[in-house]
Amino acid sequence: MGDLWAGLSEAFRLLVTLDSDLVEITLRSLQVTLSALLIGSAIALPLASFLAVRRFRWRRGVIAILNALMGLPPVVVGLVVYVILSRSGPLGVLGLLFTPTAMIIAQVIIIVPLIASIAHQSLRDLWSEYHDLLISMNVTQGQKMRTLLWDARRALLTASLAGFGRAIGEVGAIMIVGGNIDHATRVLTTAIALETGKGDFALALGLGIILVGLAIAVNLCIHWLGRTEQEGRW
Amino acid sequence: MKRMIYAAALMVWAGGAVAQDVMRMAVTTSFHNSGLADVLLPVIAQDLDLEVQLLVVGTGQALKLGQAGDVDAILVHSRSAEEAFVEEGYGPHRREIMYNDFVFIGPDDDPARISEAKNAAGALQAIAQTEAVFVSRGDDSGTHKKELSLWRAAAEEPAEFGSWYKAVGAGMGAALNTASGLDAYILSDRASWLNFGNKGDLAILFSGDPVLFNQYAYLPVSATRHPHVKAELAEKLEGWLTSARAAELINGYTVSGETLFSFNAKP
Repeated sequence: MGDLWAGLSEAFRLLVTLDSDLVEITLRSLQVTLSALLIGSAIALPLASFLAVRRFRWRRGVIAILNALMGLPPVVVGLVVYVILSRSGPLGVLGLLFTPTAMIIAQVIIIVPLIASIAHQSLRDLWSEYHDLLISMNVTQGQKMRTLLWDARRALLTASLAGFGRAIGEVGAIMIVGGNIDHATRVLTTAIALETGKGDFALALGLGIILVGLAIAVNLCIHWLGRTEQEGRW
Repeated sequence: MKRMIYAAALMVWAGGAVAQDVMRMAVTTSFHNSGLADVLLPVIAQDLDLEVQLLVVGTGQALKLGQAGDVDAILVHSRSAEEAFVEEGYGPHRREIMYNDFVFIGPDDDPARISEAKNAAGALQAIAQTEAVFVSRGDDSGTHKKELSLWRAAAEEPAEFGSWYKAVGAGMGAALNTASGLDAYILSDRASWLNFGNKGDLAILFSGDPVLFNQYAYLPVSATRHPHVKAELAEKLEGWLTSARAAELINGYTVSGETLFSFNAKP
């Protein structure tokens, strides 16, 4: 119990004094995760609508694989990205290992299956409603996909937020590909792992509380910008 | 208001760019946990205008990073592995910088009575005989390699131990956390222990045997094998680490009044 209180007061102290290291790693957490979220959504949402609209031979197989990959262990993703980006790996010449870019790549791989699976679920339901109408209007595949994406935007927001949740709290992959370098690739989750390793539970818990607060703030912010959960809207 | 949020988001992306020279060095968890890096790095940045980015890993992984050319230099403490590293051509040479020592940590009441042991081998034999819980790093780090060599020197074979011997496969801090939770014995370097925050009922029970001596060495990564490494910066850093200024800072670094490292680089 003592550690919990110490964690709370540590979080309070860090926030009130606006600790410069804290601000730095918090901004880097946001930078990495929001970039990964944007790129991941740009890949996953069109993919989901494509899977809802198009019928092709391996469709079931692709959907099953996407669903299975939702549980992709971050450590494995981290290791694979690490081996590929390492100087002795196939993409070593790019020199991306231990940079925020490598962390973004790993997180994109982790969240794409999650966002695509959830988005596909809601698009499929909407497609069964829209199917006859859109077919009778004789629109192109691209128009179908765009109509679905626009009309299901609220549900897709949820899918993206799930991806954000998975990415912001993720530590296994970014620890491996980022290396937790102070002032270069340290983010909130890897800092928590580091402080736990030093036995400084109060600081680790404080950072954890800030991480949870940050996740809540970003979610509220996105809802507000998208004007969801407001009177007269859905 | 909305614009302000977009502007803030843009600023997050822009990030700060630094014009300084930057190099990467892999160091062991035990070195980093000692806190010495926090003293040395700002001075290095000031003296050499060089930002040293630290990758904190076990000795095994540090050597691996050097072999792959993912770092420009490494600072580790496992002599035989370092010599193999140089011999295989991954690094041009090995330079001894400083040393500290390993200590045996255990529960205050000391069920295996290792504080009465005459030497490190005797302490380990006492633990093996009483089958008191012992936490091993188990991660192929320098500390882990040291521990295994100590067991062998005590004519004990860790592979044959029962469930009292727990190889956790984690860094020094995480292993100390485990030992603290289990009230177990553990081998740690003195620096990590003094800086560790969650001591619980643990205390230093045995230290001082010359075999517990822990030499740190600096190894630049071979530029012939990996042309992209910043050999020039690595050489500059080596020059600084073996200088009188480094000696003064290293010898003068104390935690709770105890000196942790002794500088012993030859000019």
